[in-house]
Amino acid sequence: MSDRAMIQIENVSKFYGIYKALDDVSLSIAEGEFFSLLGPSGCGKTTLLRSIAGFENPTAGEIYIDGVPSLALPPNKRPTNMVFQSYAIFPHLDVAENVAYGLKRLKLSPEEEKKRVGDALDMVRLSGLGQRKAHELSGGQRQRVALARALVMRPKVLLLDEPLSALDKKLREEMQVELRTLQKAVGITFILVTHDQYEALALSDRIAVMFGGRIAQIASPKEIYQRPRTRKVADFLGGMNFLKAKVLGEQGNAVSIDAARFGAVQLEKPQGFAASSGHVTVGIRPERLRLLWDDDRAPHELSGRIENRAYFGEVTHLTVGIDGLEQPLSMVETNNFGADDLPIGAEIRLAYDPEAFVLLAEDPPVTRI
Amino acid sequence: MTAAAFGPIADTPSPSRRRAWMRSEEARGLAMISPTFLYALALLFLPVLIVIAYSFWTQNYLEIDRTFTLENYRQALTEPIYRDLFVRSLWISLTVSVVTVVFSYPVAWFISFHGGVHKNLWLFLITVPCWTSYLLRVMSWKVILGYGGVMNTGLISMGLIDKPVTSLLYNSNAVVITLVHSWAAFAILPIYVSLQKVDRTLIEAARDLGDSRIKAFFRVTLPLSLPGVISAFLIVMIPTVGDYVTPRLVGGKDGVMIATAIQAQFGKAANWPLGAALSVTTMVLVSLSAAAIVLALKFTIRRIK
Repeated sequence: MSDRAMIQIENVSKFYGIYKALDDVSLSIAEGEFFSLLGPSGCGKTTLLRSIAGFENPTAGEIYIDGVPSLALPPNKRPTNMVFQSYAIFPHLDVAENVAYGLKRLKLSPEEEKKRVGDALDMVRLSGLGQRKAHELSGGQRQRVALARALVMRPKVLLLDEPLSALDKKLREEMQVELRTLQKAVGITFILVTHDQYEALALSDRIAVMFGGRIAQIASPKEIYQRPRTRKVADFLGGMNFLKAKVLGEQGNAVSIDAARFGAVQLEKPQGFAASSGHVTVGIRPERLRLLWDDDRAPHELSGRIENRAYFGEVTHLTVGIDGLEQPLSMVETNNFGADDLPIGAEIRLAYDPEAFVLLAEDPPVTRI
Repeated sequence: MTAAAFGPIADTPSPSRRRAWMRSEEARGLAMISPTFLYALALLFLPVLIVIAYSFWTQNYLEIDRTFTLENYRQALTEPIYRDLFVRSLWISLTVSVVTVVFSYPVAWFISFHGGVHKNLWLFLITVPCWTSYLLRVMSWKVILGYGGVMNTGLISMGLIDKPVTSLLYNSNAVVITLVHSWAAFAILPIYVSLQKVDRTLIEAARDLGDSRIKAFFRVTLPLSLPGVISAFLIVMIPTVGDYVTPRLVGGKDGVMIATAIQAQFGKAANWPLGAALSVTTMVLVSLSAAAIVLALKFTIRRIK
C-alpha cells in the first residue's frame, strides 16, 4: 500500500429525478488499499461503485482513476474490473473461456493466453476446472471464476459488489480469508461494497460508512468500531448502549460529561463535535461491560438485575436493568464462567471502563426524499 | 418427454404397484395431458401417417391401388418441373426467413432493451396487423406493389421513375416481400422473449472486460439470444415453404411454389398419391434444410468468442 491516490472521488452526486442516490461524495483511495463501502441497502454504496466502473453516470463531480479523469470514459476504457454480485459468468462459455474473455482484446499468442488463464485459475484454486460450464459450478466456484476473470486483466482497481453475499456462512468466512490473502498477494487496489459490517471489519484497510447517499465516516476498521463518529455509525457497526449525558465542561480536545449512573467521565472530542445544548449522546459497546463474580472487585462498578438473556453458543447476551437508567444495558459475556446459567431476575454487578465511552456527534439530518 | 412418461405402463406387474403408480405424480401428469395428447395424435400424427401411406400407392382413375411403389417419389424427385418448384420454394422460404429474422431482430432488440415501461404497448402494436385476415394483408400488397399501386405512383410523384415499374408484382420478389411482412410478428416475439431472458449484468460484465457496445452484442447478447433466433427462423421457414395463398395472389408465373403443384395433384389432376409424395418430399427437404441452417447458425455463433 502506497500513499499515492489510486481513486479520487470529488464531489460526486447522482440524482434520479429528485432522489439523491449520491450526495456530494468525496473520498480518496490509496494504491494497494483494501477499501470497503459499508452501509444499509439503498445508501448509495453500489451506485458509487458502479460510477467508478462506468455503469452509472454521476450528475455532478469527477472521479479520477490513477490520476485520469474518468467519468467521460466508457467502462471498457477504464483500468477497473468488477466482480458482480450475481458473478455474471457467461453461461455459453466454459470456465477457461470465461477467464480468457477479456484477454481476447489483447491479442496474445495462444500460449501466452493459456498461461495467463492457467495462472489466474491457479490463483483462485480452480486449476483443472477450465472445461466446466457455468451451470456445473457451485456458488463458491462461480465466485472464484468471477475473481479470476477480473484479476487476469491485471486491473489497477478491482471492484467487488457484495461478492460474498450469495454464499453460506461457512464458505463466506473462508472466502473472506482468501480474498484478503489474494489482495495482499496481487497488491491491487480492492474496493468492496458490502452491507455486512463484520466482512468490512475483517477485510479492509479502511472503511467508508454511508447513509442516505452520504459518507458518514471513513476510518480504519478498529477506529470506526471503537470511535464511531455518530450514533448511526455506531449502531450500524454492532451493538451499542446509548446514554444521554450532560456536559460538565470542555478543556481543549477533551470534554467532561456526567454519564448518569456511570459518573463523570472525560472523553475525547470527536471531529465536528459541537455541544449546542448541554446534553450529548455517549455510547459504550456491550462487550466493554464485564460481569463481576463473587469477590471480584473493579474500580468502576454498577449493580443491576438481569431482565433478559439470549444464548448464542459461545456467548450470552444479557439485558441488565440498572436503577436510575432509562434504558437497560445490553452486554455480551463469554460462557466460560456460567453466564448462560444466570436466571432472569438475578442481581449482578458489572464493571466498566470509563475510557470505553465514546462521545457521539449528531447525525446530519436526512435531507433526501 | 411423453415417450419416457409412458414407459412404466408396460412394466407394472403386481396390482399393488399398479395402484401406487395410479396415485403417483406421473400418472396424474399423464391424465392431465392425455386429452390434448390424444387430440394431437388424432389430428396431427394420423393425417401425416395417411399422407405417407398414400405416397406409396398408385391412383388408377377413380380407385387407389394399394400395392407398394416408389414411382411417385421417382416422379417427384426427377421430373424437372417438380425439381424446379422444390428449389424455388426452398430458396424463397430461406430468403424469407433470413430477411424476416434480420429485420425482426433489431425490432425485438429495441423493444427488449429500450422499450422501457412501454414494452407491452410495443408488442401490442406489432401484433395489430395480425388482426386483419391473412388474405386481406396479402391482397393489400397487390395494392401497394401493383402497376398503378402505391409504390409506383409514389416513386413517380417523387420523380424517381417516369413510368410504372412492372417488376414489383407477380414474381418471387413480391412473394418474399409479402411473406416477410406477414411473418415478421411471429419472428419478433420469440427473439424478444429470448432477449428478455439475457441477463443484463452479463452485458455489463462484457463491457467491463473491455468490449465496446458492438463487440459485447456479438459476443454475449447475440449468442445468448440464439434460441430465439433459431425458433424465429423455424417458425418462418417451415410454413412458408408450403405457402399457397401468397404465391397464388402476388407470385404470378415466376412466383409459383410447390404448394400450388401439390394442390393441383389433389385437385384437378386427381393424383393423390403423387400429391402425397410431393408433400412428404417437401417435409423431408424442409426438415433437412432447417436442421442444416440451425447447425450452421450454432456453429457460427460458437466461433465468436
